Amino acid sequence: MSIFVDENTKVIYQGLTGSQGSYYGRLNAEYGTQVVAGTHPKKAGSDVDGVPIYANVAEAVAATGATASCIFIPAPGVKGAVMEAAEGGVEFIVAITEGVPAHDEAYFFNDLKRNFPNVRLLGPNCPGIISPGKCNIGITAGHIAKEGGPVGIVSRSGTLTYQALYELKQKDIGVTTCVGIGGDPVPGTSFIDCLEAFEADPDTKAVMMIGEIGGSAEEEAAEFIKNHMTKPVSSYIAGVTAPPGKKMGHAGAIVSGGKGTAAAKMEALADAGVAVGNNPTEAGELMAEIVANL
Amino acid sequence: MDLFEHQGKEFFAQFGMPVSPGEAAFSVDDAVAAAERLGTPVMVKAQVHTGGRGKAGGVKFAADIDSVREHAGNILGLDINGHIVQRLWIEKASDIAEEYYASFTLDRSAKKHLGMLSKEGGVEIETVAEENPDAIAKIWIDPVDGLTEAACRDWVAAANLPDAAVEGTVAIMHQLYAAYTEGDADLVEINPLILTPEGNVHVLDAKVTLDGNSEFRHDDYGQYDETQPRDEREEAAHAKGLQYVGLEGSVGVIANGAGLAMSTVDVVNQVGGSPANFLDIGGGANADVMAGALEVINNDPNVKSIFINIFGGITRGEEVANGILEAMERVEIDSPIVIRLDGTNADEGREILRPKLNDKLMMEETMLDAARKSVELAS
Repeated sequence: MSIFVDENTKVIYQGLTGSQGSYYGRLNAEYGTQVVAGTHPKKAGSDVDGVPIYANVAEAVAATGATASCIFIPAPGVKGAVMEAAEGGVEFIVAITEGVPAHDEAYFFNDLKRNFPNVRLLGPNCPGIISPGKCNIGITAGHIAKEGGPVGIVSRSGTLTYQALYELKQKDIGVTTCVGIGGDPVPGTSFIDCLEAFEADPDTKAVMMIGEIGGSAEEEAAEFIKNHMTKPVSSYIAGVTAPPGKKMGHAGAIVSGGKGTAAAKMEALADAGVAVGNNPTEAGELMAEIVANL
Repeated sequence: MDLFEHQGKEFFAQFGMPVSPGEAAFSVDDAVAAAERLGTPVMVKAQVHTGGRGKAGGVKFAADIDSVREHAGNILGLDINGHIVQRLWIEKASDIAEEYYASFTLDRSAKKHLGMLSKEGGVEIETVAEENPDAIAKIWIDPVDGLTEAACRDWVAAANLPDAAVEGTVAIMHQLYAAYTEGDADLVEINPLILTPEGNVHVLDAKVTLDGNSEFRHDDYGQYDETQPRDEREEAAHAKGLQYVGLEGSVGVIANGAGLAMSTVDVVNQVGGSPANFLDIGGGANADVMAGALEVINNDPNVKSIFINIFGGITRGEEVANGILEAMERVEIDSPIVIRLDGTNADEGREILRPKLNDKLMMEETMLDAARKSVELAS
């Protein structure tokens, strides 16, 4: 099994007519993803590589029965695109676009939570989601992942997500689902959402979690792992020796309450029983040991 | 993007907030002329992107023009936490009865906006938070609702300000929230917000960080981009559109993706070296971007070796290899380069590089080995 998506997931691409959207839409379709529709307000009736274009998400859902949407719209239009997808009736929205203003993200996160509580948003600024062999929505190169299981991956960083998939494939370890939640301030889907889903997924036996400095999402995940996870977890936090990235002034320092450094995150995770590696290779080796002992 | 205090005040003024009249000055003569126009007494304030100005002697009261001359001379060129003062803000001095603190920022954990208000302003708010957390009134705001009148009044009441300050503070908190949301700020902070002896609430300082991602809907934000503090290397990288942060070490680092770039800096440190920079060239690794990155790193006199760490995802290994070779033809590189190429079609890419390898261009299979090699070459 996989989480959030599977081989039956029908996907609409908002922005399929653009250069990024058409490129990755085609790669996703070649991988085997059910790419059933694109949207463009002025290009309804046309097609991209045989995939029909509808005027909006609601019409695309009505015509195809799609349940997911993938957004390749430029940053200024993402807020509108996310709400259009939710109002159009999809249950799962993947926003790949980077550079979305934080105030837009905070707004649509809360709008979805209140008015569309059953809709899951992944991203923005994320590589997407891949369930190897079944479905690939986003910009991950499909062939760097081995299908099957028993590992689930959740990551805040794009290239490190690929690195993790690749390290496991080199060790002949399969992946049930790999979720890139993105590194923006208000991610639609959190580490905890993914950990919860992996814990409930019978085919996922262990989880690899890749974090980054900043914020307190990793600390919150550690708390969740400690209290709710029975499955083993390995982890790596990027930025152990990085200079402080974004200075948020005094108010920001208080919000984080001393959290946010790699050391604090690694300590919280280790304290929750997670096998913490010092680099991606080490985290991969730790996962190989975990898998060997399952 | 961090704003200077005076830019922050001009930004606040656009939302109707009461700030003092003042002028920016870049020399002692400028400062004196500004003070003559404003009329003494004035405050002479260092404009730097760092806190602790007062303690460092960067904020002075000047009763007359002679003092303006003296203080401006002392403050210009002053080193405050590594920031050299190059501009001043000359502002009409205010009488202060009480000092408060106010701010809005995003609480990433709650995924809501967080407002903080305290009657203990004018001091470091971290200290207040630690020693007397109850003195900070907090409000979490759902962006869909915004800051309602009732919620704002309850919040200000919770801060226990004297009656004379309540109405003025409520009004300014609405304006501050508008500046924060409509202005797409990551942080707006006033410390101190003052009550004058006449009973007026007034903005005496401004700390503003704007979200660079929102530039597309704010035509005037380019002016702030120009005043961001960058060293020479960072300026050159910024001009080329590269994500670059200068560090102190001797191993130049080029990687694709922010996570991998951070991870590369980590690994160089872990094997006993010290990175000269963080540089993310983004998803692809074409010759243009690679040449620009190599040029920036090559111009850094501290660099003794260069570690190129590329993971091919969609971009195939042979494209990466050809990009590196083409870039090396365009830029003459002084330091030896160590390449680690992995991911999609890594073998094909390595085959392209192999015949070109020599003591100036080396290749290692893993990230750790490549880090060790580049550190060895730099020492």
